[in-house]
Formats: sequence, structure tokens, C-alpha cells
Amino acid sequence: MTPRVGVITFPGSLDDKDAARAVRVAGGESVSLWHADADLHSVDAVVLPGGFSYGDYLRCGAIAKFAPVMAKLVDAANGGLPILGICNGFQVLTESLLLPGALTRNDHLHFICRDQKLRIENNTSAWTSEFEIGQDILIPLKNGEGGYVADEKTLDQLEGDGRVIARYLDVNPNGSRRDIAGITNERGNVVGIMPHPEHAVEELTGPTTDGLGFFTSLLSSLVNNGEVSA
Amino acid sequence: MRIDTVGDATSHPDSAQPYAELGLKADEYESIRKILGRRPTSSELAMYSVMWSEHCSYKSSKVHLRQFGTKVPKNNSMLVGIGENAGVVDIGDGWAVTFKVESHNHPSYVEPYQGAATGIGGIVRDIISMGARPVAVMDALRFGDPENPDTRRVLTGIVSGIGGYGNCLGLPNIGGEIVFDPSYQGNPLVNALCVGTMKHEDIHLAKATGLGNAVILYGARTGGDGIGGVSVLASETFDADGPAKRPSVQVGDPFMEKLLIECTLEVLHAGLVEGIQDLGGAGISCATSELASNGEGGMHVWLDRVLLRDSTLSPEEILMSESQERMCAVVEPAKIAAFMAVCKKWDVEAVVIGEVNNSGRLTVEWHGEEIVNVPPRSVAHDGPVYERPYARPDWMDVRQASGPENLFRPSNAAEVRQTWLTMTGTPNLASKSWVTSQYDRYVMGNTILAQPEDSGMIRVDEETGLGVAVSTDCKARFAALDPYLGAQLAFAESYRNVAVTGAVPLAVTNCLNFGSPEDPAVMWQFEQAVTGLADACLEMGTPVTGGNVSFYNQTGEVAIHPTPVIGVLGVIQHVDRRTPMAWNEDGELIYLLGITRDELAGSEWAYAIHKHLGGMPPVLDLAAEKNLAEILVAGSRDGMLSAAHDVSDGGIAQTLAEMAMRSGTGARVSVQDGIDPFVWLWSESATRAVVVVNRNVEKHFVAMCEACKFPVTKIGVVDSNLSSETGAGGQSLVIDNVYGETISLGIDELRSISEETLPRLFG
Repeated sequence: MTPRVGVITFPGSLDDKDAARAVRVAGGESVSLWHADADLHSVDAVVLPGGFSYGDYLRCGAIAKFAPVMAKLVDAANGGLPILGICNGFQVLTESLLLPGALTRNDHLHFICRDQKLRIENNTSAWTSEFEIGQDILIPLKNGEGGYVADEKTLDQLEGDGRVIARYLDVNPNGSRRDIAGITNERGNVVGIMPHPEHAVEELTGPTTDGLGFFTSLLSSLVNNGEVSA
Repeated sequence: MRIDTVGDATSHPDSAQPYAELGLKADEYESIRKILGRRPTSSELAMYSVMWSEHCSYKSSKVHLRQFGTKVPKNNSMLVGIGENAGVVDIGDGWAVTFKVESHNHPSYVEPYQGAATGIGGIVRDIISMGARPVAVMDALRFGDPENPDTRRVLTGIVSGIGGYGNCLGLPNIGGEIVFDPSYQGNPLVNALCVGTMKHEDIHLAKATGLGNAVILYGARTGGDGIGGVSVLASETFDADGPAKRPSVQVGDPFMEKLLIECTLEVLHAGLVEGIQDLGGAGISCATSELASNGEGGMHVWLDRVLLRDSTLSPEEILMSESQERMCAVVEPAKIAAFMAVCKKWDVEAVVIGEVNNSGRLTVEWHGEEIVNVPPRSVAHDGPVYERPYARPDWMDVRQASGPENLFRPSNAAEVRQTWLTMTGTPNLASKSWVTSQYDRYVMGNTILAQPEDSGMIRVDEETGLGVAVSTDCKARFAALDPYLGAQLAFAESYRNVAVTGAVPLAVTNCLNFGSPEDPAVMWQFEQAVTGLADACLEMGTPVTGGNVSFYNQTGEVAIHPTPVIGVLGVIQHVDRRTPMAWNEDGELIYLLGITRDELAGSEWAYAIHKHLGGMPPVLDLAAEKNLAEILVAGSRDGMLSAAHDVSDGGIAQTLAEMAMRSGTGARVSVQDGIDPFVWLWSESATRAVVVVNRNVEKHFVAMCEACKFPVTKIGVVDSNLSSETGAGGQSLVIDNVYGETISLGIDELRSISEETLPRLFG
């Protein structure tokens, strides 16, 4: 069976179609999920896409966490369902307390869109298993509030547990503590990342196809673990 | 609050009315009285005053703009022409594209952030009201002297506004222009362009058809923002302690606009809509009068049903409010429930405010009292038309006679190298990435090319690879030297920028920014520019699909340079064949297409080094321009070109520097024999491009150019093994034959100069 990957659309989600395209390019089936849905339609994994959910007029992601679909998502995350939050999706995951820390206004106070180099530091999560540790990748980054912050103890714990997924290389584009670009939870099924792997899956439209690895990692881990629902 | 009803207007025919404060001339006010056979009510006066304004009625420009309708080239691709919200062009495979550019100049000076933001919002609603999905935005910006402290306020606000609105809306920003010139000090230009795509069957028009159909207002609530002159009326009807002056710059809510896009496309695709119109300038006055006069001719509106943000608004203010993010749809009664259900899904408020009838009148009631009863065409289409006097000003002779011939020119290798470094860092030629990196160019995942490429390019169909390219251009200093030729040169550059990327130029839009039409010299510039553009479009076979005029861009007696911004849209069958601007590999050959003449009048060099403006702009041969475009398109289609870049501002020197900086790989280029090296590097002769070809297709490519009788000259080769003269390491651009010597420019050196300028000024 082709793995079915849900992409949640909140009012104000912008990169939902891009995330769905990335799932398809990687070989999966994308399933549209609506913020008001009462369940997850038996998907095998979920992507929370980038954008400005509810306009981000309050703290980014702070309103999205109250969407009906999120209650189911939190339960599913705690049950081990693979979840990837990209940019605004990462912000929703921290607001929902599925990941520690918070994303704050870029230190230079401007929105920034650039091709960003990252170093992969974890290849055991559901979304990074096909990367090599220490592998450098180049994918787009675009955010106004992408500065990752957490208290020192949490940062030490993330580093000690190997839960930093990727770090910014050459340039820290937003003032993230310890150059952190993405993290995972203890179990490794929930990943949040600020740059946009879904914008780097085709030669024609992305700076590279390095982002595809996040989606192929997911699909192969689903197939290997026999977790694809029949 | 006292309401001025139609009955009052009849029973008190001589009440004094503040028409002059609302911008109406005495004879215009008399015309209104004649049309109505009585004095207008204050609500009617409000409607006429906004709809007969220059902005809405094109009263000064109409007589000249008619040329775009009479000089129409034979072209089968036009599906919807001038007069609708935006023109629509057939691009094949059942796909259609609509694109339009609109000015938001004055609000952006008063309140840069909101002015620019709502400029994007307005043009996006024009596109969705045609039934299209917006797929990209661009913005052509003009600012004053970069060293003037006020420029910082204006630029940073406008850039934040464009980013803040566009990024949140989820439309990729794929290009545009940023130009500095002191003539824009008190009149910055914000021209926003939007491109939308749709299938042919999804095209919708703004007309209220079908007797008994409902008129639904949906989107944001109506508030007091964007009410300009109507505060004059309000101050007459409000108590002294009521709300007074309201802000006349609108405030944008991009989140609501995003919901409005999705909601509108869903109701259109579900077949729930008979006619649709966005609310922009003149708000409900414009939407109801235009819908009615384009349809059955009659409409009744219950104005008290409009959902308000501010319950104290008077009916005049509601009619004129320019609150953003609102749309108006005409819906059959049986489909109202389905329409409302879609609105509810997207959390968009909607209410039936009116009904289509065959009365031939637009009637508006307010709590049971009739406050408007007018023939809708008289508001929307039959406004005043002016034949403003125009005359070529005497100072044109002096300006055209004082050419750049006597300006000091570099005449040895060291001076050329120094000039090159200086020019690279001037604000107009420097990298704009400090600005463009604040815009999302990736969202939607179909961006094939974005700035600093010559055009923005968007993939329209993921299956077939069909795409469109768009460029906007205007060298206003050329238009200041000769507005007819200047408009044609702007068009030619835009046309070339589309062709350089491999797309076939198909259609034209424009945003004509000028000073006061009441000045005969300005009106002459306008008439010349429109005529030049219309003549060029006729000759090149690319119709004008729509456009926008912005007058009164002047401070006191001093007008801006005439700035006819021209947008050209092209189609490319397979976006994987697009030609980027950067060369790639060692051994690729660099060719110059076109002829370089001693043409430095109005050039970037004359302005940047000598602050000089005089002489005649470069000559333009439109047939040659078309020939060049055909070569560039064929070269892309047949896979002969690995890179191509237009030669324009800053001449060949700037073109080569940009290609090298974009690539990172060095090159060795030799100045052509038989021409002064300085002139060859910085002249801005039209109809030229630098192209890069692989050795294995060289013969084929050169043969093609020769068959087209187009001048082609090999000027260099891509070479990654050229070390910098300065010994700083990294790759270099090496230029031979510079007054008998060779100069070397480190790519890192060029980049650091180019990228340092804007952050230094505005960061």
C-alpha cells in the first residue's frame, strides 16, 4: 500500500499544496486534512505546513492549536504517529507542547527568504533516517519569527539526547539559540523544522532537491516498520 | 443624525452642497443636477464625487487611452480586453492568464506600510474578480534620493508593507524594479502587478444580470478607513462631538484577503455566481454602479444591511468607504444558501445587500428612506471627459540639445576599472537582495525564475510544463528626454526581458505615472507616451490588455519624470527550457547580440557619475527588437543557450558583472575592436543581449543569427581559472583590449561592493 500522508490546512496555511506535492514526489499519497475535521482520516503520518495560520496576529501558532483536528493530532503524536511541522507548523507544534521551546521574532527584525545551508545532526527520527549524520543540505528558509529559543537546561537536554535534527551552517539567519534549525521529540516521531524541505524537491523550482530526503525518510520508515495501514 | 433623502432633495432644491470640497468642479456639479433633474442628495453627491474623480473616471486620460483600443494588432490570444477588471490572454491548452498593474503612489507616501500593503491587496482582488487564481506578484518601485533621510522612511515602510501583506497572502514575489531618482522625493511610486491563471471556462465578468438575483457583499466589514473627501459631508451631518476626521489611507488585513481568495474561487468553481466585482477605490459606490450598468441596468440596495465595523458610520461614508478585503457577487436566489455555506466554511461574513431589477435605476435605501436614485451608467461610465490642453514645452529643446558628449570619460585601463567598481555600487545598479530577501519567492512551488533574473517565470501547468514570464520596466530618464521614444524603449526592454528567458511575448499592461494633467507640458508627455506605446504595440503584435493611470505625481510645480511602467507577459511551452542569466561551465562561449553605439544620454553612467540628464535617448528599431526576441526564443527552445541576459541599465559592463556575480564562475571577455572601450562598456544602446552558448552548438547558433541578419559577435569565454589581479583569491572577470591593456575584477570584490550599498543606506 502507498503510505497516506495527511497535510492539514488551517485558515491562512500557505504551503499546504507544496507539502502535498512533496509527499507525492517522494512516492506517497497526500491526503488533505481540514482544521475543522473531527478525525485524521486514518492517515499514516501528518505534515503541518508553513504559512500564517489565522494571520499569526497573535503569537504564531497560538490559535491553530485550538483547531478541532489538533486534539486528535496530539493524541496521535503521543501514540507515535509521525508528524512533521514546517515553519508555521513547527510553531504550532511548540504551542501545542509536542516540542519544547518557542520560535521568536528574527533577531534582525526582518522577514527573510534565502537558500539556507544546514547540517543534519540526527538520522534516527522518522523524518531524517535517509540522511547521513554531518550531511550538508541547502533548502529555502523564509520566516519572520524563526528564532528558536529554550532555556539552557532544555537546550542541553536536546543536545545531550541527540534531538537537534539540523543546525544552520555559515549563517544563522534568525538568531536561533545554538544555531538550531530543527528538533525532534524523545520518541523521534515528531519533528519541527524552520526551513522548508517541501520547497526543495524539484530541480526546476528549488535550489536543490535536498528536501526530498525528509519525505523519503518517512516513507521508507513507514514501510520498514510495517506501519502503513492496509 | 439627519439623513438627506431623495424627497429632501426635491423639496429643498437649493440647499448649498460642498461639491468643491469633494473635488467636483462647478460645471461637473451642474451636470449632476442636469442628469438627475434636481440637486443630488448628499449620498448621491458622495457617489458622483468619487466615481467622477480622476482615479476612477480617467477623465483626463480617456481621450488618449482610446488609442489602445484603435491601434489593436491582429492577435488571437485576447479573450477579454480593456475595460474589465483585468484583461485575459489565451496561453493555450485551455489555459488563460490575466495580469494587471496598478499604482498606489499617494497612499504609500502618506503611510508607506499600509499604502504599499493595500496596493498589493487591491490588485490581487482585481485578478480574483476575473475568476483567476492569483499566482504571483511583482512590484515596480521608485524612490527619491537614497541619501535623503525621508527616503529611508518611505522605502523601509513600503518594503515592509509589500512583504507583510504579500508573504501572509501566500503569493510569490517574483520580481519588479527599484529605482532611485530625486524626482520621486515627494512622490514615490508603488506600482503593484499581479498575475492570475484560470481555465477558459472559469472567466467571470463584473455584471449584474438576472432579474431578482441577489447582490451579496462579503469579506471584511465596512469601516471608516479610506474615506477621503467624504469627511466633508460627514462633518455636516455629524454632531460636533461625534467622530471627526477619519484616516484616508486604508488598512490591510492579508489574512482576510487569503480567506477571500479561497472563498471566491470556491464559489466561482461551484457555479454559484452570475457576476462578480471587487471593492477597491470608491467601494460600494463603484461596485454597485458598475455591476448595475454592465448588467440589466437596475439595482436596489438596502444600505442599512451592510455589516459595519463602526456603527456610527453615515450612509455617505458607507457608500464611499474603501475598507479593504471586500467583494460583491451577484447570485441566483436558489443558490444563496450554497453561497453562504461556502462563506461560512471560510469564516467569511456575507450579507445580501441588494437585488437586480430592470428599473434602469440604481436605488439605495437607508432604513426605509430612499437616499439614492440615479441612472447607474451616469455614475460608472458617463463621467466627464476632458480634452486637456497639451503642448511640447520649450525647455525640451534645451534638454535635448545638452547631450553627454562633453562629460569627462575614462580613457585608460585604470580609470575604466575604477569606474566599473563605482558603478557596481551605485544604488540603481547595486544588488537589491536586501529588499527582495524580505519577500517569499518560493510559496506555491511553481516559481521557475525570480529576481534578479530578467523576468519572473511561473509554471502554470505541472503536467505539461506550460509557463508564463512577466517583466516590468521603465527607464524614466529616457522618457524625460523624449516621452514617445521613452515609452517605446520601456516597452522594448520589457519585451526583451521576457524573450531573454525563452518566453514568447504575448500581451502588454501598463501603469502610467505622470504629474498634473492640468499642466500642458505634463499632458504632452502623457499623450506622447501613450501614442508611443500604442504605436509600438501595434507594430510588435502585442495588444495592451489593460492598465492604470496615476496623475498628480508632483510636489508643487515640479512633476516626476514621466514614468510609463510597462509590463509584458510571455508564454513558454516547457519551463524546463527557460534560459537563466548565469553562465555555468568552463569553455562556454559568450556572445553579444546587437550593435553598440555611442548612446550615453539618459544613461546610468551619466546620472551616477555626472548627475547629468540631457540629449536624445538611444535609437530604437522595433523590427530588430522582434528579430532579437525570435533568436532568443529559438535559442531557448532548441537548447542552444545556457544563459542569456539583457543589456540595459549600466550597459555591457553591468550585464557581465551581474552574470558573473550570479554564477560565481569567472570569464574572459574582450572589448570589441573598432569602438571606444568606455562606450562599449557603458553605452545603453537598445536591442542587445549577452548570450552564452556551448561549443558544440556554436556553429548552429551563429548560423541562425546570420540567417536572421542579426549582428552577433563572440566576446569571450567562461573560465574558472582566472585569479584576481588583487591577489585576494577567488575567481575573476577579466576584460582584455581596454585601451590596449587587461583589467581584472574579482567576483568576490564585485559582490561585496554590490551587496553593501542597500544595507548601508537602509539596513
